[in-house]
Amino acid sequence: MPSPESSSRERAPILVVGGGITGLTCAIEAAEAGNPVVLIEKSAYLGGHVAAFHRYFPKLCPPPCGLEINTRRLHNNPKIEILTLAELESLSGSPGNYQAVVRTAPRFVKESCTLCGACTAVCPTQVPDLFNCGIGKKKAIHRPYPMAFPLQFRIDRSACPQGCRLCADACKFGAIDLDQRPAKKTLRVASVVLATGWEPYDAGKIDNLGFGRFPHVVTNVMLERMAAPDGPTGGRILRPSDGKPPRSVAFVQCAGSRDRNHLPYCSGVCCTASLKQATYIREQYPEATITVFYIDLRTPGHLEDFAAKTVAANQLELIKGKAGKVEQDTETGNLLVTAEDVLKGRKSTREYDLVVLAVGMVPQSSGLPINLLIDEFGFVSSGPPGVYASGCVKRPAEVAASIRDATGAALKAMRNRTNGAGHE
Amino acid sequence: MNKQLGVYICSGCSLGEALDLDRLALVATRERKVPICRTHSFLCGEEGLTQIRSDLADGSVNTVVVAACSPRAKTASFDFGPASLVERVNLREQVAWSHAARDEDTQMLAEDCLRMGIARAEKMEPLEPLAEAISRTVLVVGGGVAGIHAALDGANAGYEVILVEKEAELGGFVGGLKRVFPVHPPYTSAETAGLGEKIQALKSHPLVTVFCSAEVLRIDGQPGMFDVALRQGQNQATVRAGAIVMATGWKPYDPAKLDLPGCDLPDVMTNVQVEKAAAAGVMLRPSDGKPVRSVLFVLCAGSRDPNHLSYCSTVCCTAALKQAEYFREQHSDVQIFIVYRDMVTPGFYERYYEKLQSHPLNFFLKGEVQKLERNGDGKIVATLRGSLLGEDEPLNLAVDLVVLATGMVPNSADNNAIQTLRDAQKKLERKESEAQVAEAQKTIGLLERHANTEILNLGYRQGPDLPVLQNGFPNSHFVCFPYETQRTGIYAAGAVRAPMDSVLAAEDAGGAMMKAIQCVEMAVQGQAVHPRAGDLSYPIFALQRCTQCKRCTVECPFGAIDEDEKGTPRFNPYRCRRCGICMGACPERIISFKNYSVDMIASMTKAIEVPDETEDKPRILIFACENDAYPALDQAGMNRRTYDASVRVIPLRCLGSMNIVWIADALSRGIDGVMLMGCKFGDDYQCHFIRGSELASRRLENVKDTLERLQLESGRIELVQLAIDECDRVPQVIDDFVARIRELGPNPYKGF
Repeated sequence: MPSPESSSRERAPILVVGGGITGLTCAIEAAEAGNPVVLIEKSAYLGGHVAAFHRYFPKLCPPPCGLEINTRRLHNNPKIEILTLAELESLSGSPGNYQAVVRTAPRFVKESCTLCGACTAVCPTQVPDLFNCGIGKKKAIHRPYPMAFPLQFRIDRSACPQGCRLCADACKFGAIDLDQRPAKKTLRVASVVLATGWEPYDAGKIDNLGFGRFPHVVTNVMLERMAAPDGPTGGRILRPSDGKPPRSVAFVQCAGSRDRNHLPYCSGVCCTASLKQATYIREQYPEATITVFYIDLRTPGHLEDFAAKTVAANQLELIKGKAGKVEQDTETGNLLVTAEDVLKGRKSTREYDLVVLAVGMVPQSSGLPINLLIDEFGFVSSGPPGVYASGCVKRPAEVAASIRDATGAALKAMRNRTNGAGHE
Repeated sequence: MNKQLGVYICSGCSLGEALDLDRLALVATRERKVPICRTHSFLCGEEGLTQIRSDLADGSVNTVVVAACSPRAKTASFDFGPASLVERVNLREQVAWSHAARDEDTQMLAEDCLRMGIARAEKMEPLEPLAEAISRTVLVVGGGVAGIHAALDGANAGYEVILVEKEAELGGFVGGLKRVFPVHPPYTSAETAGLGEKIQALKSHPLVTVFCSAEVLRIDGQPGMFDVALRQGQNQATVRAGAIVMATGWKPYDPAKLDLPGCDLPDVMTNVQVEKAAAAGVMLRPSDGKPVRSVLFVLCAGSRDPNHLSYCSTVCCTAALKQAEYFREQHSDVQIFIVYRDMVTPGFYERYYEKLQSHPLNFFLKGEVQKLERNGDGKIVATLRGSLLGEDEPLNLAVDLVVLATGMVPNSADNNAIQTLRDAQKKLERKESEAQVAEAQKTIGLLERHANTEILNLGYRQGPDLPVLQNGFPNSHFVCFPYETQRTGIYAAGAVRAPMDSVLAAEDAGGAMMKAIQCVEMAVQGQAVHPRAGDLSYPIFALQRCTQCKRCTVECPFGAIDEDEKGTPRFNPYRCRRCGICMGACPERIISFKNYSVDMIASMTKAIEVPDETEDKPRILIFACENDAYPALDQAGMNRRTYDASVRVIPLRCLGSMNIVWIADALSRGIDGVMLMGCKFGDDYQCHFIRGSELASRRLENVKDTLERLQLESGRIELVQLAIDECDRVPQVIDDFVARIRELGPNPYKGF
């Protein structure tokens, strides 16, 4: 009953756009099933947002563990070609025979980099550490984050002094090429998986919650870095401006989500994420007051077990009510959160040392050179034949759901085949 | 294989400055008599690699020892193809970058690392991949929405699919639905399921064979070669499949089990009954056939309740919205009351919720329904508490109909319970002793309800079905690898794996089918699947020395090893995930991989030079899980964190592959302490081989006897649970252990 012809036909590559957990998974799953893949990622590293998370819910396990396995799967698989600092410029053709033009920005560091760090030691200039949400700085030549893949440094040339060649001179392996230029590459691919993911909603747009004006209002995405051992504070959660340990923390749910003026959908993950983050606070501050202001606590499926356990074990105060306003006590920098307690039917204002805004997910679909059906919020509803959206660009989803979707998308992409396709 | 070793030492990345590489080279040439030993300042550069390649090409070397950076770096550069064996000695991250430069102890560490690497390289044998005939056909069990999509996705990708459905028709629960949740913008209207088209496509697909009114009698074999015995009516047949997707769906939670008084009244329906009535046409009151002018939905009827279903069934809130619309289509003035704990309408379903909220005759109440009673008018009066209408006063609402949103229960079989039951039944048959009979009877009493609940009927020593995890779902334990199951080549999909709606079930099915296809494709190549994807090695059993102790057959987390009547293991290599837990379990040391064996690790341990007790140079052996602890050690080096140079690290595939003989050997040779670094175990275990570190910790209990016999302190052995991100903690963990060992003083067996 085996169907030998099913794999004897040459499989043409799948182009995966986006190297976050969705794209990474899609690429590896397809390649392990024997299908060649070209994975392009616009940043300098793979892993996307997941790489910046401190822990996953519900197991509270560290993301690098799974990324390590995936890195090894990449190492072992010759069927995957990875292009970082790369973006899709155009796509033409039809399923089984697409031509994709990919534009790559220079990394200025070649594959021969050994990660020895001699360059960073001599680099005279610093850039904001975007991996840490801009909290702190790092050298212009750096590894994007400590365990980043590919295993190469990169240079952010925006801050390099004119004519500076210190790093290139320090590199004993000739791995630095300051003359690298942007390049274009045309690929012939059978199908395309769009896994361009999400960005956090710009909390500065939510006027009443004070982000950007009050330093101790942070977002849930920032808190992941503040709690991570390789983050800007070595994992200590401290108030950003005065470095004080917080004695009281408020999580403000639906900061933007479920709000007609911002994101009229539910981002689906923020409730569980805040409960997870409450464990970060509790771990470091056994005495701290932790309050979660929520509309509905949405922890579907087995996440409910996690929620019940977490609420009980961490003395969390849950208040059903949307926080309407955050103000700052100018003397202490403390924050005054005004919210209605719907169940008690009263409005109150309470003081906190730190406020965490559970900002929602915004799909990254703009600017893609493909004729897509995109909904009013930016999520991709469908694409032309042979183009499949997967993960958070399609629908808000947590990590495990994105991975499931990516695995299924890999199979859909594998149905489009041609003979003899490949690089041009 | 006639070994021709070549040792290649890199002096780049400050190795040359930190270490005396000439002395290091003498370890290879003088001590271990390696014929070729070269040093290069940039070994991973083109010139260095060319040198190695040319030595390989001219036959002077067939086994390469690279003494440079971690095996996690430059992996592709130092891969010289399947014919060349390569051993990496981690002189960079774990020696030069984590210990003082030009220091005697650091130099001794480097030399021991090279000795261990050469010892390992000498024992490595070339791999001979598995190469049996593999079926690429995938069996799908269950013809509901998940099974249909799995089959169609697989067939569309060019794979033969056999679909088995126990009912007479395909479609399952979703097939009977009037409408499904909104999936298209603007996400405010329920949609027709469109499953009929999929069923047609499936039935006419040349690569798909459908068996309805059929069941799986038994499945024997292993991935790539499952023999599946099917029964359809009077007919029986055996088909061969390479992998299996289990898409057996769900059943509603039994409303009779609820604690709600009055939930058995005639005008109380379940949400599943409402769906059926809606699909059939007009919905009337069951008791008197009158029209329904007011409905109260009780959400979480069983779900989110530790006494019933502790999880959230995920779909009930949105289903209530949809069903409210069914009622409103019949009577535009129907009053709808939805009593909820939290409205769980994630993602775009929020839009649907918002639309329903805006209707003036839809009332959403946060609260709890305490009882249902029938009043004189034939209406049902629901007593509510804790609603938004005030804390103390209960609210009474009289309605025509009450709908219980009962949750989803997976159609799974509890493998471990069934196996325990079977074992107890066998014990009872044997009637060995009264105590055993009594215990068996007790077990049978507890587990009787699992009798005849088998679904897949696997002929596995460890039971007939997928092991279930949380709440009876055979889901994965891993966030990053949600399709991982404990039975290679068998993947659960849809609502049997986790509560989900039809949209997600259809997508989930595609993912599970992908894993099934990937499993057969990797089997064709003789490769292991996740997490050691691509590994060509597999354990070999020297059965002539087997004592039938059954430890391997019991401890294999993946059920890869069956037993014959005598208890001799029968290994199924395609079920194997290559973790080596069987190798660690075997007291007779008869299980080995060609590139990983008890003897090989023992030789590495023996290669360590143990200074005598007068030198105050303790030697500590660390067995480190290669996925988490080893990268954490590397990262500590990357961050130039230093720790005591008396440790010698040996990476293990999994801590569960640790054979206690290594510890006994090490201690009897004068090693002062042994540290095991493995993943966290317990409920939230992080071991990707399920129980590896836990098994290692159990084996340590046995080591204590050995220690007693040797009159050694138990503190000389320690197991630490270490996560991959704990690179800041690991130096301290090591230094503290070394300090404790120093306090205990030297191992008295030194020099024996």
